[in-house]
Amino acid sequence: MFRNNYDGDTVTYSPTGRIFQVEYALEAIKQGSAVVGLATKEHVVLVALKRNAEELGSYQKKIITVDDHLGIALAGLAPDARVLSNFLREQAMSQKMVYNRPLSVEKASNLLADKAQKNTQSYGGRPYGVGLLVAGYDETGAHLFEFQPSGSVLEYVGAAIGARSQAGRTYLERNFESYTNATKDELIVHGLNALRDTLAQDKELNSKNTSIAVVGKDTSFTLFDDDDVQPWLDRLDSTSNARSSGGAGDDDNNDDNNNDDGANPESKDEEVKDAAGDEGANEDRMETD
Amino acid sequence: MDHDPFRWGRPNDATYGKYNNQIANATAMPKMNTQQPIVTGTSVIAIKFNEGIVIAADNLGSYGSLARFTDVERLFPIGENAVVGISGDISDLQYVGRILEDLEIEENYDSDGHSLRASHIHEYLQKVFYHRRSKMDPLWNSVIVAGVDDDKPFLKYVDLLGVTYSAPTLATGFGAYLAIPLLRKVVDKEEDVANIDEETAQNAVKEAMKVLYYRDARSLDKYSMVTISKSKGVVFEKNLHSEKQSWRFAKDIKGYGTQVV
Repeated sequence: MFRNNYDGDTVTYSPTGRIFQVEYALEAIKQGSAVVGLATKEHVVLVALKRNAEELGSYQKKIITVDDHLGIALAGLAPDARVLSNFLREQAMSQKMVYNRPLSVEKASNLLADKAQKNTQSYGGRPYGVGLLVAGYDETGAHLFEFQPSGSVLEYVGAAIGARSQAGRTYLERNFESYTNATKDELIVHGLNALRDTLAQDKELNSKNTSIAVVGKDTSFTLFDDDDVQPWLDRLDSTSNARSSGGAGDDDNNDDNNNDDGANPESKDEEVKDAAGDEGANEDRMETD
Repeated sequence: MDHDPFRWGRPNDATYGKYNNQIANATAMPKMNTQQPIVTGTSVIAIKFNEGIVIAADNLGSYGSLARFTDVERLFPIGENAVVGISGDISDLQYVGRILEDLEIEENYDSDGHSLRASHIHEYLQKVFYHRRSKMDPLWNSVIVAGVDDDKPFLKYVDLLGVTYSAPTLATGFGAYLAIPLLRKVVDKEEDVANIDEETAQNAVKEAMKVLYYRDARSLDKYSMVTISKSKGVVFEKNLHSEKQSWRFAKDIKGYGTQVV
């Protein structure tokens, strides 16, 4: 009776002008674990929460190096991120080969956007089910872009995507002034603080589930995993690596965005949905990372 | 040569079907690519100075020994800080001019604060030229890419073979024999570049263009010169004329040896 007749494929607009298949793709991002990115004029940092399918399993990689000066963090379908990162690698190599210059971060993001947008325009295909944070350093400085499968690309000084990312975004918004001129090391600590806020109640950051990447002036894209992460975790001011207990709005399933004044009515139930998706209790869904 | 397949021991048609006569009837040359330049431009010469570069090329398009076209522009400023000087075949020059224009348009789509620089243009042209010669269908040109790149003078050569090299003074064609020795008196090695100012470099180029007009039978005394410097950017001077030529001595020359009147 109330079946949606307008979500069968990407080429069908709903009577209100929406493309449901694209909106479903955006939902896949929210199923993936959180990644946080933040930038100053000179550096960009990506931090990511890795997930393992089960206790004995390995943790899914969340950050992919593209070139010496460029890398991405993903939330959503990992295979789609592999396709997109391989595409970016090709583009970066082609710029090197043909023009002897590094691929500009904005150009990289625009190429991704165009590629993703094509998928929303023709019958038979599907949109990518992954969101990316694109981080890089080029001759115009350090840049952080958020990519969505709808083809939207925007530049940010701080961004977070994936499950419970609203909490991380809130941290970035509140601490915006203190990290815009931060050093590389301070920026990483801020990133970890933001990532910690996205954790579920009984989880904590450790060297196994945390990935850090940094790129910037005189720093080629470097990825820290496993033991290399521990020194950074040791720098966190709190004694616990679990999410901070104080602070209004940081409690689970509450609307973190207190200063929104109801401008974002969707965020509340999103948070509830995210909380459910994060616990891995959805065996029938496609796996997202 | 006898192309009759039966005389080469081919079984009769019943065995393999009818012989494909197109093979025997094929022309000796199935496809022909550019074999030689037709309308040509002569030397391009260039020199570095402390703040940038000077490059010049005359405005002649020769048809063999006939000075056919006298208003051909062979210098192409590209982007903010680069210029491409082209000698050799003029139709290929026009083609290269078009792909450079396409490149510039493509680059401006992003408007992300990045600009196409001389080194990028040179790398791109080198790839195009080497690709074409590898297809046995070369673009019949010698090209000098000049500009200010990363606040430093940039000067590099590429030709129809995809060969490239760089030096503080560069010239194509006749210029390599006549202009370079003169320009090297001003700038002999890379270290000398810092001691040469814009005016000295321009005068050296003007003098070399004059000598080329004296001695190169495919040259013209009308030429263009582009100066790119850190402070003034691209300065394009057209319709320059080789001034102060010395011909008066000619009246004293009589005959080829013994003749005195």
